[in-house]
Amino acid sequence: MNAKVSKKFSISELVMKLVRHQLFIPIAALLLLAIFNLINDPSFYKVTLGYSSTGDPVLSGYPITILDFGSELAILAIGMTLVTAATGGQDISVGATIAISGSVVLRMLCGPDGRAETMQMPIVVAFLISCVVAMLCGAFNGVLVAYFKIQPMVATLILYTAGRSIAAWINNNRLPIVKEESFKVFGGFIPGIPIPTPFFIALACIILMTLVLRFTNLKLYTQAVGINESSARLNGLNPAMIKFITFVILGICVAVAGLIKVSRLSTINYSVVAKDIEMDAILAVALGGNALSGGKFSMGASILGAYVIQFLTTTLYKLEVPSDALSAYKAIVVILLVVMSAPTVRKWFSDLGKKLKAKASVKEVG
Amino acid sequence: MLKMNTKKKLTDTNLLLLITIVVFFVMYIGAMIFLGEGFLKTQTFFNILNANAALLIVSCGMSLVMITGGIDISVGGVAALVSMCCAVYLDHKGGNIFVSILIAVGIGLAFGLVQGFLIAYLDVQPFIVTLAGMFFARGMTTIVNTNPFNVANEKFVALKDTRIVVPFMGSTNRLGKYVDAYIQIGVVVAILVVILMYFMLKWTKQGRNFYAVGGNSQSALMLGINVKKTKFISYVISGLLAGIGGYVYFLYVGSGSASHASGMEMNAIASSIIGGTMLTGGVGNIVGTLFGVLSLSTIKNIVSSAGLGDAWWTNITIALMLCLFLVIQSVVMARKKRGLKKS
Repeated sequence: MNAKVSKKFSISELVMKLVRHQLFIPIAALLLLAIFNLINDPSFYKVTLGYSSTGDPVLSGYPITILDFGSELAILAIGMTLVTAATGGQDISVGATIAISGSVVLRMLCGPDGRAETMQMPIVVAFLISCVVAMLCGAFNGVLVAYFKIQPMVATLILYTAGRSIAAWINNNRLPIVKEESFKVFGGFIPGIPIPTPFFIALACIILMTLVLRFTNLKLYTQAVGINESSARLNGLNPAMIKFITFVILGICVAVAGLIKVSRLSTINYSVVAKDIEMDAILAVALGGNALSGGKFSMGASILGAYVIQFLTTTLYKLEVPSDALSAYKAIVVILLVVMSAPTVRKWFSDLGKKLKAKASVKEVG
Repeated sequence: MLKMNTKKKLTDTNLLLLITIVVFFVMYIGAMIFLGEGFLKTQTFFNILNANAALLIVSCGMSLVMITGGIDISVGGVAALVSMCCAVYLDHKGGNIFVSILIAVGIGLAFGLVQGFLIAYLDVQPFIVTLAGMFFARGMTTIVNTNPFNVANEKFVALKDTRIVVPFMGSTNRLGKYVDAYIQIGVVVAILVVILMYFMLKWTKQGRNFYAVGGNSQSALMLGINVKKTKFISYVISGLLAGIGGYVYFLYVGSGSASHASGMEMNAIASSIIGGTMLTGGVGNIVGTLFGVLSLSTIKNIVSSAGLGDAWWTNITIALMLCLFLVIQSVVMARKKRGLKKS
């Protein structure tokens, strides 16, 4: 990770530098999980090439599952990182908004009574409409946070409660089923390619986001607003507008994740779809070493964090932890992470380090 | 208190409180006029109390935490965990009631202590800690027992069905017979909690400290208030009340299930906000919270008796109401700021 290591650096300094690097936490967690699985059961890494019912090559195995489901999370993590950086809070309505946008896609494809045999419109149009709806949800959160100055988590609590109900209401509580196979592509496999499609969608989102961050001032501006809102304002930025924009971008990410979610099943279960995903998305941002109180961020670290979280989830599933109990284990991971990154604890650790160093130097002198 | 202030000027606290009380009475009287029947009976009101005693207790804790400038969204999870643990203890192990109450209080205290320590002494964001607390509690509930079941413990069922008659408040039924109005034990506990919390916040030194810390923790620190300890205590009390509230909830439903008390944290936050507690801290009142809970539960009743029985309408109305009151608060705050600038 560190390109230049001259002989001047002693080993301890090198270690300290490594530890302080933002990618250290996600990579360390990844290695820890990887080694744990290797010891526990090496067959975890077995990937088999099979053929689906239509005769297309399909890869399967735990690593592929991680790649598959981690991609949804990575897409959400992109938006969540921006929101976290700009507002210093998190959007907890993403799961509910996924339900809404997924419900919109189904409503558009299956028509008002949800029984249409063929798709009522091209998937792209349905997706664009769901994009608009999800962006409106994001805009709603954004207005509350940016213009009414309500704490992000409380503002998004509104959609968190109402979202799934709204999703059910959009389809009159029916469960429309898309019967055409071509809809399954987004959450499954493109014919002829054995790697799950969500991975490519996530890749496209990541490339798009990298380009946006590279060629616009978005990163600089969000960080400036996150670090100090009033000084950003004095420098001619419009903090409210930037916060608003981050929520709208998160809305787009949610729409993409929503499409993948409904495509997996070709239908939707309002109370279960994307359940607890907000926790995973926040966890991905935190695991990426980004400060949950806003400011500087690293998009790459968040995305890596998302895959590590999925790695953790898959590992827990492998250990036959029931899906409802997963949240308890993840909660412990969150607490450990935030405690480790808490300023008070960090200070305590650095003081401890200094003390040890002082002792060592005393010994050397002695 | 209101009389005194109409003479001078309405403070933020009283303005928000006034809005809540007016909203509640307008809603209830409106329901009496337009929906009639059920709402004219006194028992309907007592039923609302019976069903929402647990919410009231939990909301008191929530208000306290919000007055101190934090938030606690683990309460619903804790309530579910408490009812599941007590249900398993009473039904599968055949335990006695006093120990089950101890279990409830113990679980609540444990959550309060850990969360309070993390938030107050380690400076971790309250939302993250309590969100993790909520997920932990929900996960633990399924680990303790996955399937929902009813408690058949005789002593417990007797306690659950205990009815306390409210004198002079009964009504005559269709046959012209006088029927006593009744409340359950949970309501008594809830009223006790409300009174205790009201006095604590109003007239004790510790109570005033909560407001000082929530209003401006920096100045509170300079006044010599132990800010960390105050925050810590607020979370411990909230956890404790979540435990008690969980037991009262358990007493009302009489079963254990992982999906119990779902959305309770949301309802508690909404009640507190509707009751005039400011998210920014330093402003709030337990009487307001009481009316917040009553407004919220009345609107739920109205929605269901107006024929919009589907579950989603309740959620949407609560969310709308929360949204409305949040915006009102935000406007009040903006007005206050402008007022400060002028002076």
